[in-house]
Amino acid sequence: MSLLSLHNVTLKFGGLVAVNNVSFEVGEGEVFSLVGPNGAGKSTIFNLISRFYDPFEGDIKFEGESILGMASDKVPSLGIARTFQNIELFEQATVLQNLLVGRHRHCNTNVISQMLFTPAARRQEEAHRAAVEEVIDFLDLQPYRDKYIAGLPYGVRKVVELARALSTKPRILLLDEPASGLSIEETQDMIFWIEDIKNQMGITVLMVEHDMNLVASVSDHVLALADGKELAMGTPSEVQSHPAVIEAYLGTGEIG
Amino acid sequence: MRFVFKTSYEADIRLFKHKPQMAWYMLLLAVVVALPFLLDEFFIGEATNVLIWAIAGMGLMLLTGHTGQASLGHAAFMAAGCYFNVILLERGVPFIISLPLAGLIAGLIGVIITLPVLRLHGVYLAIATLAISILTEDFIVIAEPWTGGVTGLVAPPMIIFGLEIDRYGTPGLFYYVVLFVVLAVLMVYRNLLRTPTGRAFTAVRDSEISAQAMGINITKTKAMSFGFSATIAGLSGALLGHFAGAFNHETFNVILSIQLLLMIVVGGLGSIHGAFFGAMVVALLPQFIAISRDWVTDLTGFNATTIPGIEAGIFGLIVLLFILFEPNGIYGLWFKIRTYFEMFPFYRKNMFKRQKTYLKTERLR
Repeated sequence: MSLLSLHNVTLKFGGLVAVNNVSFEVGEGEVFSLVGPNGAGKSTIFNLISRFYDPFEGDIKFEGESILGMASDKVPSLGIARTFQNIELFEQATVLQNLLVGRHRHCNTNVISQMLFTPAARRQEEAHRAAVEEVIDFLDLQPYRDKYIAGLPYGVRKVVELARALSTKPRILLLDEPASGLSIEETQDMIFWIEDIKNQMGITVLMVEHDMNLVASVSDHVLALADGKELAMGTPSEVQSHPAVIEAYLGTGEIG
Repeated sequence: MRFVFKTSYEADIRLFKHKPQMAWYMLLLAVVVALPFLLDEFFIGEATNVLIWAIAGMGLMLLTGHTGQASLGHAAFMAAGCYFNVILLERGVPFIISLPLAGLIAGLIGVIITLPVLRLHGVYLAIATLAISILTEDFIVIAEPWTGGVTGLVAPPMIIFGLEIDRYGTPGLFYYVVLFVVLAVLMVYRNLLRTPTGRAFTAVRDSEISAQAMGINITKTKAMSFGFSATIAGLSGALLGHFAGAFNHETFNVILSIQLLLMIVVGGLGSIHGAFFGAMVVALLPQFIAISRDWVTDLTGFNATTIPGIEAGIFGLIVLLFILFEPNGIYGLWFKIRTYFEMFPFYRKNMFKRQKTYLKTERLR
């Protein structure tokens, strides 16, 4: 049973076809990677799943149910969390506050009780705080808890974004280039984390990534895209050796 | 240097980070409570004025400083609070009901009026709210049967449990009424900031797109912020009505809206402290200038009282200097001085360099 599936999804911006008739299924508990040159439509697919764009044609299903009727702020309540390619953190807040925003979908007290900070609101805050601490522990963010995002180095921000997405306790995690801009060591950490997210937490991962080392070491399935079209799909090694993929990245070698 | 060792999650939720901080705020509270016994009538009035401005400042701070929505229309909500309070009082509603009710009506008006403009961003939102402020002035003149038109209304004395409270008759009690409202608003404000609603506000301010991806309903959050903000502004408007005694459409003109926005910028956007610092500047600056004018005249023999528009000029200069050199306002300045002493002798000159950013109150798209 697939957790998330796209069925013949097409998106056009005017005359530009950003995503062209793409279909794929992400199975429960796997790591699924989207690869392809710049402008292939990978991030656009993420934005389609987040409901920032409406597809021109086709359907997107989560657990067999179409999510196209949903507003984008309702998508996280299904258990779909995401990160952004160009880090979108809440700059003027601490790491802790950022992660607590991730708990928003689990909030079940009303504004009045929050205004008065009733015992129920206090209990909920403590529960959120405890849940966030688990994520902090998992990603080794302890030194940064009370630091403001504005002063943090890039590598740490990247991890904080992952942490914020994990704080929502998702069923599927969409990672948009988790390793871009990271050092070799940081990328190695990211590989371990993604493996742990899959194996220990049981969270499905859908990932866009250019670093083929990372893709090859964690992915169960890879889908290669170019110009919005599917090129090849399969295990990492199958896709890497696929002639169409090699052509898209390196060209045909024919001149003229 | 102080290290705070947290031993429970409670430590992150508490209002005060550590015992000494709590002690300082308690001391401040004690001073504020004792103030009417220390000052003469004139300065009690000035202190009351500061507090009323601070309430209005908190209202706008919630919206602009914490939710990132610039508003140049807050005089309109202050007017709503002020007029509804007096209209209710004239209909025989007791003050302890009319004040919160006037605030709620102002809040409701805030939500209804701003729902259509919530889709606007940055400078466009500022212009739309500016229009609301301008329209309100005209509306007050037109709605003469209720508002008294150009002549305006006179606020009757507040009566709380049979006790008649008047600005001139019982300035101390008036001060305490205002102080009570300040503390109530402050408590609600602080509570909001440490719960999901407040975090949703700051999330919308810093990145709408990722707030949405975390499951925050942007329109609802902005409307809620507008509602709270207008309610608090309404409360301050109602108190301002009682403080001024008589008021008309000119009391709540566009200048007041602009002054409010400049006030929280000078105070420091994004901090509750900023509302209070800003209120002190705005409310005390005219008195300060008046006193220094006499002093300059005595000292130099040059008649300084003849310079026209010096108040606006000096206030403008203060705003300009802060925006250029300290975008985080007086609070930012205070924060740096405090950090210097807390970390002595380890403070580095560039410590806040990376944090020197303009608060994202608008994203032009």
